[in-house]
Amino acid sequence: MAQALLEIKNLSVAVEGKKVLKGLDLTIRPGEVHAIMGPNGSGKSTLSKVVAGHPAYEVTGGTLRYEVNFQMRDLLEMEPDVRAKEGVFLAFQYPIEVPGVSNSAFLRASFNSILKHQGAQELDEAQFAQFLEKKLEVVKMDPRFLDRPVNVGFSGGEKKRNEILQMAVLSPRLAFLDETDSGLDIDALRIVAEGVNRLRTKENGIVLVTHYQRLLDHIVPDFVHVLADGRIVETGDKSLARRLEERGYDWLVK
Amino acid sequence: MGDKNQALDLERDYKYGFITDIETDTVPKGLSEDVIRLISAKKNEPEWMLEYRLKAYRHWLTMEEPAWANVRYPKIDFNDIIYYSAPKKRGEGPKSLDELDPELLRTFEKLGIPLSEQKRISGVAVDAVFDSVSVGTTHKETLEKHGVVFCSISEAMREHEGLVRKYLGSVVPVSDNFYAALNAAVFTDGSFVYIPKGVRCPIDLSTYFRINASETGQFERTLVVADEGSFVNYLEGCTAPQRDENQLHAAVVELIALDDAEIKYSTVQNWYTGDKEGRGGIYNFVTKRGKCQGRNSRISWTQVESGSAITWKYPSCLLLGENSQGAFYSVALTHDHMQADTGTKMIHVGRNTRSTIISKGISTGHSRNSYRGQVKIMPSAAGARNYSQCDSMLVGDSCSASTYPYIEVKNDTAVLEHEATTSRISEDQLFYLRSRGLDTEQAISILVQGFCKDVFKQLPLEFSVEAVKLIEMKLENSVG
Repeated sequence: MAQALLEIKNLSVAVEGKKVLKGLDLTIRPGEVHAIMGPNGSGKSTLSKVVAGHPAYEVTGGTLRYEVNFQMRDLLEMEPDVRAKEGVFLAFQYPIEVPGVSNSAFLRASFNSILKHQGAQELDEAQFAQFLEKKLEVVKMDPRFLDRPVNVGFSGGEKKRNEILQMAVLSPRLAFLDETDSGLDIDALRIVAEGVNRLRTKENGIVLVTHYQRLLDHIVPDFVHVLADGRIVETGDKSLARRLEERGYDWLVK
Repeated sequence: MGDKNQALDLERDYKYGFITDIETDTVPKGLSEDVIRLISAKKNEPEWMLEYRLKAYRHWLTMEEPAWANVRYPKIDFNDIIYYSAPKKRGEGPKSLDELDPELLRTFEKLGIPLSEQKRISGVAVDAVFDSVSVGTTHKETLEKHGVVFCSISEAMREHEGLVRKYLGSVVPVSDNFYAALNAAVFTDGSFVYIPKGVRCPIDLSTYFRINASETGQFERTLVVADEGSFVNYLEGCTAPQRDENQLHAAVVELIALDDAEIKYSTVQNWYTGDKEGRGGIYNFVTKRGKCQGRNSRISWTQVESGSAITWKYPSCLLLGENSQGAFYSVALTHDHMQADTGTKMIHVGRNTRSTIISKGISTGHSRNSYRGQVKIMPSAAGARNYSQCDSMLVGDSCSASTYPYIEVKNDTAVLEHEATTSRISEDQLFYLRSRGLDTEQAISILVQGFCKDVFKQLPLEFSVEAVKLIEMKLENSVG
């Protein structure tokens, strides 16, 4: 079996003193797509934020290890920006507005900071514009969005699409998509899902955090996990998602 | 930490903090009619100028230091200041900039303002003011071809006496305020600009102010006159050495725009701010005012205030001409123990006059940052309009930001809009940027640049690049 990309063991997390994750185990290998489902408040978003390094979430136990240059490293030792530079990406459930900063300038700053970390030549404005043009294709985004301030005045669907554009630009090795499907109409959902499918490779791992089976009709996962009360209580293949859609979570959560 | 490292750290904090070792010609400490006569004599001034100074001085003696600003500092002893300090001239004095004292040339080069013929910046004419005097002005010939006058105000008093006499004090009268009166009494140099009728000034004009000598105040006077249908872009920069004592800088700037004329005046102020504990730094007590005298005239003030221990400054517009327009775009960054009380006044007198105010205050550390602005619509100003937007951003929780808007409307047809916000850089915002590979400093810098964008875009390109770098550097040192 391939070496793990992310290995989470017995993870416990508290937010403002309240225990949210209570001994969670999860392993992601290159090329895999995992879906994490579960009732509201089960800790799905917390998991995404802990992986990306949000400072408000306190890890009280367990380990999070992430593969960098074939070695498993302690993710908790890495600052959020270092995680991003090493290929960790979180598509936010509620993307943040950055007034006054154009989408393209933001993307370039972000991309160049990652290039710099990898010791590669940074791109100038013209080179980046060319590079970006192809990436816009992935989410079928209007180039006019590039001149607008990041997420300011974007509709819910546009914000989500913008997250996937960022993912396309940064080509992460490990991407958590936190409820990227919520708030999308059917057309937008298809575009976003197609975008994610195009970004799916043998090398990277993708984790879809979602409430709904319908996303998984478009992005077919290798594994489906049910997160309840801070732990993974059930793991299966895509058929598990269908069963959940039919029967709800009650049969798993006692 | 060894001494050497400490020196390096200081260097990083404020790279303009060095002192030029140069022989100076100074007058004795203190202020009296004799000192004023001495300054006037040194400058070879006409008699009316001396009278003007003495009148101002006598008026100043009757005035009280203003105490209404939201700033705190020990009382200034005006007799403990040297009012004139100039680099000593060698013999006849230099005939061209290349013959300037090499030490002075090196100083300005180090400040990024090369003056010599080969190295001077193309596209910008510079008047370099060192302590109390202008040491030289570049690109003079080019400007003369277009009839543009750009020289030190001392030279203008001799060469263009009529113009100076007509306009000096016509916007800021000697009795205007305490520091303006003091300036009128003791001002030593500054720049004079005259743009003739219908001329678009072919290159940007710029004055660079450098305080070097210790215990010296800098009192400069700038006068810009744009005749009918003319245009000028004027830039101003300032730095001073790091010293433990406070130094006073009390300037007066007057702008006059006649019919259809436009003046754009931009400042990047980076005086020494004092150290981390609040020792030393410049007291920047400045009166800047523009008079839109003619129909359709326009004056805009753009400022990036990132230096000085204390800033007390309200670049204003007096809108007399019909359809005239005034604007004020400001970014004020305060860090450590800095205090800034800055803003503007827009006085609408003419019909259909318009004004725009965009003020962005950023406070970090233990600093105190206040916006104070007045919009006054006189009974004659039918159809006047004002738009004001005052935003404050707080970084950390030991700093403060205040907004003091004063609005007075005496004509019912006027339309005023006022918006104000205060924001803090949130943990979520920072996290979002960091999760995209930007470290904390980069993230804050991007957030601040976005916050200041509406002001930075008003600056000429090179200045705006400079301003962004300056703000980034200041934030780097004050955050994290």
